[in-house]
Amino acid sequence: MRTVVLLGPQRLRPTLVEAVDRAGVTGAVAAVTAGWQEREDEIDELSAHLRRPVVNLGLHRRGEDVLARDPEFLLAYGDLLDRRRKLQDLYRIRLHHAKAAVRDLLATPHERDLVEPEVEHALGALRALDHDHRQRVRRMDEAFDLEWRLASRPAVAEHREEVARILAGCDALAIAGGHVQVLLDRLRLFGVAEASGEKPVFAWSAGAMVVCDTVVLFHDSPPQGAGNAEVLDAGLGLARGVVALPHARRRLKLDDAPRVRLIAQRFAPARAFALDEGARVWCEGRRVEVHTARVLLFDGHVMDVGPA
Amino acid sequence: MTLLIDRFVRGNGPGDGSVDALVASTAVPIVEGDRVTFLYRGEADAVKLWHAIFGLPTFQPFSRVKWTDLWYLTLDLPAGSRMEYKLLVERDGARDLIRDPLNRQTAHDPFGANSVCYAAGYQVPDWTLADPEARPGTVEDHEIDAKAFGGTRNVKVYLPARMRLTRRYPLLVLHDGNDYLRFSRLQTVLDNLIHRLEIPPMIVVGTQSPDRMKEYMADAAHASFVVQDLLPALEAAFPVAKDPAQRGIGGASLGAVASLSTAWRYPGTFSRLLLQSGSFAFTDIGRTYRGPVFEPVVEFVNAFRARPGHPAEKLFVSCGVYESLIYENRSMAPFLQSTGMEVRYVEARDGHNWEAWRDRLREGLSWLFPGPLWMIYE
Repeated sequence: MRTVVLLGPQRLRPTLVEAVDRAGVTGAVAAVTAGWQEREDEIDELSAHLRRPVVNLGLHRRGEDVLARDPEFLLAYGDLLDRRRKLQDLYRIRLHHAKAAVRDLLATPHERDLVEPEVEHALGALRALDHDHRQRVRRMDEAFDLEWRLASRPAVAEHREEVARILAGCDALAIAGGHVQVLLDRLRLFGVAEASGEKPVFAWSAGAMVVCDTVVLFHDSPPQGAGNAEVLDAGLGLARGVVALPHARRRLKLDDAPRVRLIAQRFAPARAFALDEGARVWCEGRRVEVHTARVLLFDGHVMDVGPA
Repeated sequence: MTLLIDRFVRGNGPGDGSVDALVASTAVPIVEGDRVTFLYRGEADAVKLWHAIFGLPTFQPFSRVKWTDLWYLTLDLPAGSRMEYKLLVERDGARDLIRDPLNRQTAHDPFGANSVCYAAGYQVPDWTLADPEARPGTVEDHEIDAKAFGGTRNVKVYLPARMRLTRRYPLLVLHDGNDYLRFSRLQTVLDNLIHRLEIPPMIVVGTQSPDRMKEYMADAAHASFVVQDLLPALEAAFPVAKDPAQRGIGGASLGAVASLSTAWRYPGTFSRLLLQSGSFAFTDIGRTYRGPVFEPVVEFVNAFRARPGHPAEKLFVSCGVYESLIYENRSMAPFLQSTGMEVRYVEARDGHNWEAWRDRLREGLSWLFPGPLWMIYE
């Protein structure tokens, strides 16, 4: 069974090498830094930190190459991105009202036995909305894949083969953060999850988000807008039953019990983890072992696990 | 609520009841709910509070506590307010306008520094303070050939951390750039907002006029300088986006007038406008009460109101409720909205000063240039 380790952000406090050592990985590590986009090649610090061979899969560059060599596909992909954006906007309209209902109910002063069933129903509606959206995005992408026969397009097939060959020579996969949509698209386009077999995966920031079942975008206090956490898409499903919330100290109001409760209950039965510097969550199948992280609880509290 | 100063005057003050004990017991000015008490210690014939809050007398007299050298004044100051002030101390015919010796909080501007009073609920925004986690950008000096004026002009150019020449960055031209850098912590603000992904990495160019009372007064030569001299020079020297949707211009006070005037004279050049406490003097009849110096501005604003056109797409307009320009800005906001441009108008309990403009930068910049906050988790 594949081991997937979710880590906190690595820039200020790199902990990747500890996790890799602990997992007993001794060989080369394949790095995915596609989320860094045009900075994808800047992996010197990562290589120095890992103290073992690091091979950059270059997924962002490969993606650009595919688009450059296949103009017809480039146009179609642009349309897909446009349709995805529109779908996300439509989902946000419904989400705004669904979340407002839960928040309003949580704030009502009426008797608990009256309010709680209403909250539960409103949460159910919210979960259903998230689920529907995730399904629609998946269906849209699957239809696109079928129509454009992604796997058999020459440029894609060529890069997939190379990526698979590189992965075969590596003992583990390290997925960094960055632009979450770009990262997810590139990982899917080149079939990295499948090609990496059962090799252990170490992922942080956006990387941690995309290996979960569902990719949740979040910020409780953005400078504009309401700060409604939203589902972007299904993730790769390598870390099961987990929602990764990196950079939580900047993005989440973890002392706001109703907000914490809402996130925890909305994405249940998955467990929501705040992944700040030093965090480490070890996943194997549906087994989740929290070494260091903050867990968002159903009652609105946050539980610190492991050393600070 | 019985105020601390009232208890003291009645002989029921803190500690041993001495002035020393009072001053040692509290931060000054003393903020108690919506009431603020200013203190001054020293021999004087009179002490007055000087401030620039529109609608209140500019000088407000202190009272002296009998048998002491303690002077005090209590004012209403609504929650969230920020007020700059000085003390006028009169003694033996001399009049000294000084910063409050009992208050260490100061705010600077091109004319010096004032003391600052923070009312209940006001906090210096954390995004204006240096954040060691934020990658610092750089500020470079550049000389621009200014055909519009003859000679050259110096500009300050903020370049974001990790800038790449292969990318194209949004551009903001900001009037009085030196002052924004010195008094509004512009570099720190940009570093922080970029680090927080609230705005994209962007290039900000600060202009500084040697004669802003002429050139910022809706001057055609200034608009020509910005569009025909500065923009091409920037595009040649820096990786700035050429798409007007990624181009903005802004400023405060007369800098806002210069921004709107430039955008109006060259519609479609700048899609984003940041207009802070704009000196948008206008008249519906007769001459402006602001005096002849403002006539060029009035002429422009009146012409703009007659034929606004569509100079830009998105405008962020802000003003302090304690400045006289609140009348002009409150009048302009609905007018601007009526033109079909997307306008966000924001008021704050503050005055006409650089820290007020600093405090609105997050909301303004993140609205005009939204960052990749929702999509990037590094």
